[in-house]
Amino acid sequence: MALDKQQLVEMYRRMCRIRYFEEAVIEIHSSGELIGPAHPYIGEEAVAVGACAALRDTDRIAGNHRSHGHPIAKGGDVNRAMAEILGKSDGYCKGKGGSMHLADFSIGILGESGIVASSVPIATGAALAAKLSKQDFVSLVFFGDGASNQGACHESMNMASLWDLPVIFMCENNGYAITTSYKNSVSVDHVSDRASAYGMPGVLIDGQDAIAVWEATNEAVRRARAGEGPTLIEAMTYRFEDHSLGLDKIRKSEYRTQEEVDEAMTRDPLPIHRSAMINQGFVTATECDEIEATVHTEIEGAVEFARNSPYPQPEDLYEDMWATPV
Amino acid sequence: MATKTYIQAIAEATIEEMERDKSVFTMGEDLRHSVYGATAGLVERFGEDRVLDTPLSENGFFGAALGASLCGMRPIVETVTSFLWVGMDQLISQAAKMRYMFGGQAELPVTFRVRMFYARGASAHHSDRNYPVFMNTPGLKIICPSNAYDAKGLMKTAVRDNDVCLLFEDGIAISSRTEVPDNADLPNGELLVPFGVANIVQPGSDVTIVGIAGGVQHAIDAAKVLEAEGVSAEIIDPRTLVPLDTETILKSVAKTGRLVVVDPAHKMCSAGSEIAAIVAQEGFWDLQAPIQVVASEQINVPYSPALEPLIYPTPEKVVSAIRTVLG
Ligand SMILES: Cc1ncc(C[n+]2csc(CCOP(=O)(O)OP(=O)(O)O)c2C)c(N)n1
Ligand SMILES: [Mg+2]
Repeated sequence: MALDKQQLVEMYRRMCRIRYFEEAVIEIHSSGELIGPAHPYIGEEAVAVGACAALRDTDRIAGNHRSHGHPIAKGGDVNRAMAEILGKSDGYCKGKGGSMHLADFSIGILGESGIVASSVPIATGAALAAKLSKQDFVSLVFFGDGASNQGACHESMNMASLWDLPVIFMCENNGYAITTSYKNSVSVDHVSDRASAYGMPGVLIDGQDAIAVWEATNEAVRRARAGEGPTLIEAMTYRFEDHSLGLDKIRKSEYRTQEEVDEAMTRDPLPIHRSAMINQGFVTATECDEIEATVHTEIEGAVEFARNSPYPQPEDLYEDMWATPV
Repeated sequence: MATKTYIQAIAEATIEEMERDKSVFTMGEDLRHSVYGATAGLVERFGEDRVLDTPLSENGFFGAALGASLCGMRPIVETVTSFLWVGMDQLISQAAKMRYMFGGQAELPVTFRVRMFYARGASAHHSDRNYPVFMNTPGLKIICPSNAYDAKGLMKTAVRDNDVCLLFEDGIAISSRTEVPDNADLPNGELLVPFGVANIVQPGSDVTIVGIAGGVQHAIDAAKVLEAEGVSAEIIDPRTLVPLDTETILKSVAKTGRLVVVDPAHKMCSAGSEIAAIVAQEGFWDLQAPIQVVASEQINVPYSPALEPLIYPTPEKVVSAIRTVLG
């Protein structure tokens, strides 16, 4: 199976959507309109988009603190995502969640977690539900190289493999957990090397190439739907920006050399995908330019939508605490 | 006397204790690059063995700190309130219980430095003020400095203490400055603040305000407002919640007859509720009005800047509570 033109173009559109969305968030943050932390996904777009291109709307995903890109890749609405980040009532979570907690249950986005690795068991449980209720959805969880060191991660992988759950563990290895490098925090060369210890396939891929990510995910999804159990995919990627907006004292190059950052930035997932499409004769450069321009307009619209959306009211404070209010 | 920030005070205490005692070492995430501000230069000064950057594995490294402490080391662990949840097994089942369960054999001289971020748009997963949860667990000493002076003195006491200490660093106080004496100007050459001794921030006669951590500043601000109206407030900072200096609080209430407690934690089973309960039980006949507890609303921390500030104690809420007790 290969991706057709329409799919490739849609992937490019979503990568641009994430990139421009994040650029807008950075701009808004630097203007002081946003006070809380926000973690830019710039540089890692191919992972979210390649993975979600292999999923259906009914499939579930869960993410982490760096999760603006994951919901957008799954088909999330940028207006509601941006409104959430600005803490507005039209936001995905009515302003209750914010940057680290976007969620759209209607299209399988089970929400992001600010506590590192705490979504991994959640996604595992979603896969358990699919198995127990004999539904054919799969679940996929995005987590970092840092997260891979949490007990919750190891425990989930063991259970998923033991019970043959339809879950895909998508590790975004960007080489760092804040300032801590991969080599100073993981005892094996690759997170995917650990898969054999759980008895599941471990697949190491180029996370800057959306098509490669799609291929690996597609196979993992096939396995999952066929009842063959989980897969651990490790996508090698790189975070182009600082770890977090609002933690600006830790500049991106203080713990990484500028050469390393520059070198990594030559492998920008957007131009890689754009060239792949053009080289394969699917689209022309002009068509790509058009997509980019349309998405730019879309994101400007999202910012305007978010700015115009009202803030929640004090009486909303106690809403949504309980199914049956106490 | 020099003024220092709370963070500087913590950093100084760490350096002094590491210099004094070779068995003291620090561990936590991103210490080398001092992501949380208090560990800059430590690796250069003490070497990588004594300043360990850990993997993201809270339950693992909290437990490793405990294990090391059983064998003669005195770890200082840096973390954040919300990350304590990940290490709960080690904190509750081991840290709090080992000494007693093993008939007093286990010595656990560990200090957890726990940054308490809130009120900064970080949402429910990064805004926990969870010291009351640990007060409810016998076996843990709970330290809540409200200013740089106490932060330094209590931190040094914690490192020397042979029990497990959780020192909560209030995120809204960490960049505030207070006077912290230089060691050369101190009679014993160092600053140590004992556990279980409250600080009377200001004496007064009409109402007692007990402030916890960042709540102390709200108490001070509220007292200023009411001073203009002739109200004399006595402000007490317990500094440590376990052990708690109930005597100072009860004595104050005996004098003023009125109590307001300001606690940034959620109200239900908060430090404020505990203090209110103690005063209701032991100081009832001194009270001239029902006790007021100004604490955070009993809901998760909402993200929106339009909502979040509404849930915490503020000087205005404290003023209104004082008016209530004054009748
Ligand atoms: C349990 C827990 N510990 C620490 C943190 C602080 N923290 C936030 S993001 C992060 C690094 C995460 O690294 P990784 O999983 O590799 O994801 P990345 O940020 O690189 O995308 C840390 C330590 C946290 N949010 N949760
Ligand atoms: Mg990482």
